[in-house]
Amino acid sequence: MSIIFNHVCHSYDTDTQLKTDALKDVSFKIDDGEFVGLIGHTGSGKSTLVQHMNGLMLPTSGEVYFDGKDISDKEYSLKELRSNVGLVFQYPEHQLFEATVFEDVCFGPKNLGLEKKEVELRAFQALKLVGMKEELFYQSPFDMSGGQKRRVAIAGVLAMKPRVLVLDEPTAGLDPKGRDEILELIKKLHDEEKITIVLVSHSMDDVANYAQRILVMNKGELIFDDTPKNVFKHVNELEQMGLAIPQVTYVMHALSEAGYDVSTDISTLPEAVTEILRIKNR
Amino acid sequence: MLRDITLGQYYQTDSLIHRLDPRTKISGTFFFIVTIFMAKNVLGYAIAAAFLVMCIKLSKVPFKYMVRGMKAILLLLLITVVFNLLMTPGEVMWSFWKINITKEGLENAVKMALRLTFLILGSGIMTLTTTPNSLTDGLEKLLGPLKKIRVPVHEIAMMMSIALRFIPILIEETDKIMKAQMARGADFDSGNIFKRAKALIPLLVPLIISAFRRAGDLAMAMEARCYRGDVGRTRMKPLHYEKRDYIAYLVMILTLVMCIVFGRKIWW
Repeated sequence: MSIIFNHVCHSYDTDTQLKTDALKDVSFKIDDGEFVGLIGHTGSGKSTLVQHMNGLMLPTSGEVYFDGKDISDKEYSLKELRSNVGLVFQYPEHQLFEATVFEDVCFGPKNLGLEKKEVELRAFQALKLVGMKEELFYQSPFDMSGGQKRRVAIAGVLAMKPRVLVLDEPTAGLDPKGRDEILELIKKLHDEEKITIVLVSHSMDDVANYAQRILVMNKGELIFDDTPKNVFKHVNELEQMGLAIPQVTYVMHALSEAGYDVSTDISTLPEAVTEILRIKNR
Repeated sequence: MLRDITLGQYYQTDSLIHRLDPRTKISGTFFFIVTIFMAKNVLGYAIAAAFLVMCIKLSKVPFKYMVRGMKAILLLLLITVVFNLLMTPGEVMWSFWKINITKEGLENAVKMALRLTFLILGSGIMTLTTTPNSLTDGLEKLLGPLKKIRVPVHEIAMMMSIALRFIPILIEETDKIMKAQMARGADFDSGNIFKRAKALIPLLVPLIISAFRRAGDLAMAMEARCYRGDVGRTRMKPLHYEKRDYIAYLVMILTLVMCIVFGRKIWW
């Protein structure tokens, strides 16, 4: 199982003067079980890119392959693709509409044409997976807190049992606690449920702590595709794109400039702690 | 998907017509509509057409762009033409089976088609060259005297400008929710009419909720800035007439008078 982008371009308003290229010749491959971070400034083409992953948008030129099949093919079932690649949009709680949490989560599997029993089983499992308590299952989703609503919305996508889960800024607008909870949930889905994760964010700290690989987008082009450590070496280029490197990496850079013999090749807090202790104890 | 829809489409450029006071343009459109209905012969239509062409040229809005807005009423235009053509009694010019085309019918059809086209193009110039905000400002000022008989003119104008402002926001929101539900396997364009209507529930419920949420936010933001309606409210850009507005009024009245004088039936 893999997602392959082969020289994908996408333009809006092709036949007018307002023609804008949202994606320019983007190529990459995402393998089964990866945890990929996708980073870019507002308007860099991130959202356009992720909508190509489940066929909500089709490339203007180039191809997107899922499991070796071209998704632009006329015979290709986009419905099946969307059950395999779950996409959680920004502020997903705005899509909730049913009277109870449980019914809302049932919407996805019901659309797949499954039997009622299977639908309910999946909804139940998905809600358990995101850590919803059973007594909340039959409450109105509109009475819940922001973090809870968001978990319900993510459960709504998980109930379709996707093999790939794409999340567009899943932590936007949450308080620090809610943010950590959501990120831990995503990590759990990756580690325990073996779901391939694509995490879109503009926060380097979020991505550095979780992703194994980072894609950096700028003005519709894929600039970097590497491990977090290698990407964060390009401090100047990233800052020019309006992006930052993780805060701990800045701290390590500052320490190094102040004359301490520390490695600047560090992107997470635990790594930084070990490195500083190593210097201190010497 | 839905981003192609343009409503109250304002065309950004700098021209004499753009700079006119919105009140001038609103009255101008009104004058023009009266002019069209005063025209009873070819000369009358020619005068109206000349006025229209002059306005289009002065507005610097590409003619192609204007015609694009006409597509929406093409069907209406077609129906009007067909009905006028077939339903007007009179001197038969051409007949086929039970269908008679009369001289009067042909005349009426052409007249109506021209009138409708002029009407749409004329009011199009107004909306294309005036931002929705200054349009409602102008309307408020024009209808100002009605405040004396307790018509809530200011409130109506405020509601209009808010409604206009919300159209693109709601379109964007619809697009977003539609995609989110499609990602959950929703299908909006297959099945019979009942199935499709039912498929709209997951779209409409979140949309209405978000509209209410936004309305609440906006009300809060307005209150936080001490908005309390019309009384004592001043404007950032008070409307006042310039020389060009007086000239425009003169041209408009002249066109109307000429149309009344030369457009009478006896001349042809």
